[in-house]
Amino acid sequence: MLRLEPRREPSRPMFYVTPFLAIGLTLVAGIVLFEALDKPPLAAMRLIFIEPLTSLRGVAELLVKGTPLILIAIGLAISFRGGIWNIGAEGQFTIGALAGGAVALAFYPATGWWLLPLMSFAGIAGGAAWAAIPALLRTRCNANEILVSLMLVYVAVLLLGSLVHGALRDPDGLNFPESRLFQTSLPILIEGTRAHVGFLVGLAAVLLSWVLLERHFLGFQIKVLGQAPRAARYGGFSDKGLTWFCFLVSGGCAGLAGLFEAAGPVGQLVPALPSGYGFTAIVVAFLGRLNPIGILLAGLLLALTYIGGETAQIAMSLPSATTAVFQGMFLFFLLAADVLVNYRPRWISKRSPATDPRAHSDAQVGTMRHLPTP
Amino acid sequence: MTSALLELHGLTKRFPGVLANDAVTLRVGHKEIHALLGENGAGKSTLVKMIYGIMRPDDGHMRLNGEIYAPHKPAEARAKGIGMVFQQFSLFDGLTVAENIALGISAKMARRGLRERIAAVSTAYGLKLDPDRRVGNLSVGERQRVEIVRCLLQQPKLIIMDEPTSVLTPQEIEALFETLRRLVSEGCSILYISHKLEEIRALCDRATILRGGKVVGDCDPKRQSAHRLAEMMIGTTLVPPQRATFGLGPVRLKVADLTLASEEQFGVDLERVGLEVKGGEIFGIAGIAGNGQAELMEALIGERLANTPGAIEIDGVPVGAQGPLARRALGLTCVPEERTGHGSVPDMTLWENAVLTAKTRMKLATSGFIGMPRAKSFASKVVRDFAVRSRGIEHAVRSLSGGNLQKFVMGREILQAPAVLIAAQPTWGVDAGAAATIHKLLLALAQSGTAILIVSQDLDELFAIASRIAVIAGGRLSAARPLDRLTTEQIGLAMGAHGGWEAPPPQAEPADA
Repeated sequence: MLRLEPRREPSRPMFYVTPFLAIGLTLVAGIVLFEALDKPPLAAMRLIFIEPLTSLRGVAELLVKGTPLILIAIGLAISFRGGIWNIGAEGQFTIGALAGGAVALAFYPATGWWLLPLMSFAGIAGGAAWAAIPALLRTRCNANEILVSLMLVYVAVLLLGSLVHGALRDPDGLNFPESRLFQTSLPILIEGTRAHVGFLVGLAAVLLSWVLLERHFLGFQIKVLGQAPRAARYGGFSDKGLTWFCFLVSGGCAGLAGLFEAAGPVGQLVPALPSGYGFTAIVVAFLGRLNPIGILLAGLLLALTYIGGETAQIAMSLPSATTAVFQGMFLFFLLAADVLVNYRPRWISKRSPATDPRAHSDAQVGTMRHLPTP
Repeated sequence: MTSALLELHGLTKRFPGVLANDAVTLRVGHKEIHALLGENGAGKSTLVKMIYGIMRPDDGHMRLNGEIYAPHKPAEARAKGIGMVFQQFSLFDGLTVAENIALGISAKMARRGLRERIAAVSTAYGLKLDPDRRVGNLSVGERQRVEIVRCLLQQPKLIIMDEPTSVLTPQEIEALFETLRRLVSEGCSILYISHKLEEIRALCDRATILRGGKVVGDCDPKRQSAHRLAEMMIGTTLVPPQRATFGLGPVRLKVADLTLASEEQFGVDLERVGLEVKGGEIFGIAGIAGNGQAELMEALIGERLANTPGAIEIDGVPVGAQGPLARRALGLTCVPEERTGHGSVPDMTLWENAVLTAKTRMKLATSGFIGMPRAKSFASKVVRDFAVRSRGIEHAVRSLSGGNLQKFVMGREILQAPAVLIAAQPTWGVDAGAAATIHKLLLALAQSGTAILIVSQDLDELFAIASRIAVIAGGRLSAARPLDRLTTEQIGLAMGAHGGWEAPPPQAEPADA
């Protein structure tokens, strides 16, 4: 029988090595997978992970896809560090795009330097407002934020769908369910590509969140709340205040990412705007160890799987699920490696003294530690 | 020598980096109460875990009635007639006594007639128990009876008792000893683990003393002085803390009419708690665990706010409506009973845990930004001044042993030069040497003018350092009595008396001890 024993102090270097280990294992598993599909594995891996980086266009696309992932994941990391499981970033992303887009459409066809900041502000406010619903229900009624925030994703997506079919539909658009094209769009970063200034905002978010989490007392309070809620009460930190902060920041980040998507590469509101960035960002946050620098790298890596997966789909006629499979494997291998960082596996003979419930008390305490922390 | 019931020969158990038991040899005779004496960390628990089949020795062997005995699991130990009453009860609050007992014994025994047998055993040994009451409503002493009855139902030849008296009143302890003596007269043997010397001298026929995993002595405890036993246990000569005589200052902590309903299902409501602690005074609160101590600590720390601001005052400033941060700014620091996860964050480093409570008073942050050099130097000072054995302040608090974590948390609160220090079980889990150091530091802190409130189940500790003692029972606090007008018996009675002394005391002018 294999038994897991909690380690007294999990190794800190291993904590940062495991994401790379997970990437390595994913690549190996990918090769096996392609072999099983009868596709040349090395060529496929090259197509997915290297090909996109060889052209300026590919790199620019990497930034386009990476921006929402990084921005959302930064917000989620802050929230997850505080033990606030906001799973509904996809919905907050959608409402952010909707709110900011509605501002753009309200002023149509006006343009001006003030419009983009106003849209951005509306995007942040929209995302934060959507996140305020689970925040309110959790702090007031002790409702489970995982369920509430997740279910609100579907509400948000349906709301967007109904509005682009109705109030926000382009009057000159031949009844297609789309809004007008925005008159203002994000400034382009690299001439001739779709890479926009949103990426710089993402970098700023990385920097700010690093300062918040590693140097500021507010971030310290969030971390204490996440790791030991009773110690947070003892420290005198307001758990309700911190819960609200976490929800509003993560919702605001997701909302801004949503607006950037609408006002950047898409340029209008369409029902298909929410394309899963809010969920992929959860993988990014964990693969990046809830650490801003890690999230920057993980965001770019997962963006690569989007682009590479698409290329491979077209070039080698791979199934469209390829991207999702790779993203899933990253998370799976990471979580599996984490178990080994926190626990030591030991073979125990069948007739083991471990069958007494009392002997398990240590292991039970161990399973309570859900999240490793840097 | 006559044949022994249980013999251990050269039992050795290694853990990574520690030799927990080093060739321990020990004999428990028939009808003998055998004490296993030693400090925290001396290896007592490891030894009995091997006897009870929870762990297996790396070396050495055991004999039971002359036959080789090597249990692989507790069920085997029980089948061979060895029972154990743990220090931490494994009972479910929501289930009845009979249901709890049924869960803890073999399925065959749990079937029919269990309630009758529970009743029979409990009357035969004077262990009053109602099989249909919910365990959540029982006192700690009654819960222990459930454990003992569960153990007795299996008709053991040897009962291992791990620190059974730490949660009992003096009267309950006497009743427990009666039961144990009766068991022995009927042919049972008892392996009695404790570090309380007087108890061992009163109860036990033989004592084996462990220190650092080795047997360092074997004696008849009735023929040794408690002082001599303590020296064998600790290995050095102990000097009890000296109390200096000094004058008391003004009242620094005042609690008046504090009433607070518990948030927990089996919690205790605080009822009209009142006390005053002067600068320079150490005020002790005695009581059995689970009588409102946890709730009182929460209210004093500020984790739960009082209903009126005036219910708690620090240096005359009403703080009942203010949270821990405001109270700390006024000079209140505190050590909660649970160090891991409450008094500290296990996965954070030592210096981060210093920031947890010392941020305001030690100015460890400027305009919200954590001053890491200051925080680290404060943490280093705590480690140095309190001799915390650690791998460094950059390591997680999880890596500290229980006693060292206790020293770290106590040190962090004491070094903030508090106006009022509140500590629950200040020496719980530390060895006798460290306990003496902590007592000395508390006395010195009091001398510097701090008002100190100690909540402790350890009466010896309160008698050693407190100048006045009150008893908490059922969420009510008795009036305080100066130490020189107080006996252990009186405290024991008050522990069961719900908030009052048997006879009203002459009212409490704090005595200059």
